[in-house]
Amino acid sequence: VQIYLPIANLPVDVFLIFGMGLAVGFISGMFGIGGGFLLTPLLIFIGISPAVVVASVAPQIAASSATGFLVYWRRKSIDLALGSMLLIGGGIGTFLGVTVFTVLREFGQLDLLISLSYLTLLSIVGTLLITESLQAMNRARQGKRADLRKAGAHTWLHGLPLKRRFRRSRIYVSLIPVWGIGIIIGFIGAILGIGGGFILVPMLIYLLRVPTATVIGTSMMLTLVTMLAATIMHAVANHLVDVMLSGTLMIGGVIGAQFGAQASQKMRGERLRLLLGLLVLAVGMRFAWQLIVPPQDIFSIRHMGSS
Amino acid sequence: MRRLLGIFALIVVACGARPAAAEKLIVSLSNHRVQVTSSFTGEEIVLFGTVEPDATAPKPRPPYDLVVTVTGPRENFRTLRKQRVAGIWVNADSREFVKVPSYLAVLSNRPVAKIANAETLRRLQIGLDHFLLPQRIGADIADTVRTDPYRQAFVRLKSEQKLYAEQPTAVTYLSPTVFRASIPLPADVPTGAFAIDVKLFADGALVARTNSALEVIKAGLEQFVANAAEDYGLLYGLATALFAVVIGWFSSVVFRRD
Repeated sequence: VQIYLPIANLPVDVFLIFGMGLAVGFISGMFGIGGGFLLTPLLIFIGISPAVVVASVAPQIAASSATGFLVYWRRKSIDLALGSMLLIGGGIGTFLGVTVFTVLREFGQLDLLISLSYLTLLSIVGTLLITESLQAMNRARQGKRADLRKAGAHTWLHGLPLKRRFRRSRIYVSLIPVWGIGIIIGFIGAILGIGGGFILVPMLIYLLRVPTATVIGTSMMLTLVTMLAATIMHAVANHLVDVMLSGTLMIGGVIGAQFGAQASQKMRGERLRLLLGLLVLAVGMRFAWQLIVPPQDIFSIRHMGSS
Repeated sequence: MRRLLGIFALIVVACGARPAAAEKLIVSLSNHRVQVTSSFTGEEIVLFGTVEPDATAPKPRPPYDLVVTVTGPRENFRTLRKQRVAGIWVNADSREFVKVPSYLAVLSNRPVAKIANAETLRRLQIGLDHFLLPQRIGADIADTVRTDPYRQAFVRLKSEQKLYAEQPTAVTYLSPTVFRASIPLPADVPTGAFAIDVKLFADGALVARTNSALEVIKAGLEQFVANAAEDYGLLYGLATALFAVVIGWFSSVVFRRD
């Protein structure tokens, strides 16, 4: 069944879009990430203009995060205090990112920058997740306790001032790295048009030692707020949010997210991280492939508007 | 007597020199307004027409040739070329095409190259090869040679998207003077005003010409959404954000299992 997208100006198969929403929603609920880094390339691949995709994916990620947020909220596994502190940094980072984005666009190589950033980021995060989860699984097999909170696990980050206790996460850390992580996520999100959950979750786990129980819910809180803000900003600045596209993705997404969230409860933490690592690395390799392999057509057209 | 003969000769010459294009072209479209609704998957518009032959001509002209050129709203496009730099493929160079048709269809009853000579085709901009596609070159805006790789790539990519087309069989004759042409509008046709230029040829020369127009507009819900997004950005954004939260909340209630 075809529906016509009024902003993207083309018809699409409604079940294809719904299916994409469902699949990405499942992954999103499972790992506590927005899934923008998967959905954005998929939609561009089926022929929707990248600008419309980036703007229309934001409300879909917001909806997926909202449903996930509520599920984790009822389980009391969201650290509101930690989430708020991350949001402060996130706001600053988003502003910086938008500024840099505008400057880089002047140089005309934004595409390359985005591809290279995706490649670098996804490869590093993917490799780290795989290595760490394999080590954890190995430890578990040898019968040792995989305890992340042993005394020796404290890093220099724990020596910084402005310490604060986050009760729900049962951590006692300086606010400086918390704000720093928020800034990094906001910055990357604004430049790449993604929520940044797939970087945030590992950062919270490895740098701040946030326990698995609260990390996903808290990450979803950050994603929800930033993506709602992004939706409004894109609608005001570029008029490119296609509500038909977003709506179809959303309905698939929220259903998928429910099953994803439930599936994640049945799976061991390190196995979950290994899967996420493989997925992230695979998408990263897709970007590498695109840069290295000779393109089928060296020419491409871009619509520049009517002015 | 000599003078009288001279005047007579002048009159004869003047009569002979009266425009040869006495044929009249009358065309009509099956639909002047194409509405893009949620079920729009492209449409075919039919142009009907008749040639009213020159009544004063001593004998009917040889078979007429027809070329229908349909141009969509003019937009700017950039054609980019990739090149390998330090082992990776990057967009190394680009050209900007200024105010070129976003849709261009050249429909005829036989290949345009057989209808008129190259000089006529070039002068009248008939066919994808002869249509002016101005590029920004430095400070100037000008069309390039037909073999320019950027121009060729632009036309080829547009043709692959079915937005540019040259169809030498799209015009069919129902009788020697009545014809129909089908204008294919693909699913992702741009919205706006479309100009239709109909040219009649006989013996390789242009003998008559007429114009028509059609409009592609969004209708119903599509129109409402597109207008809201354009005119009420903030409200539209807030509504979309609220919609996202409501959908999220609704699903978390519906699927609640704990």
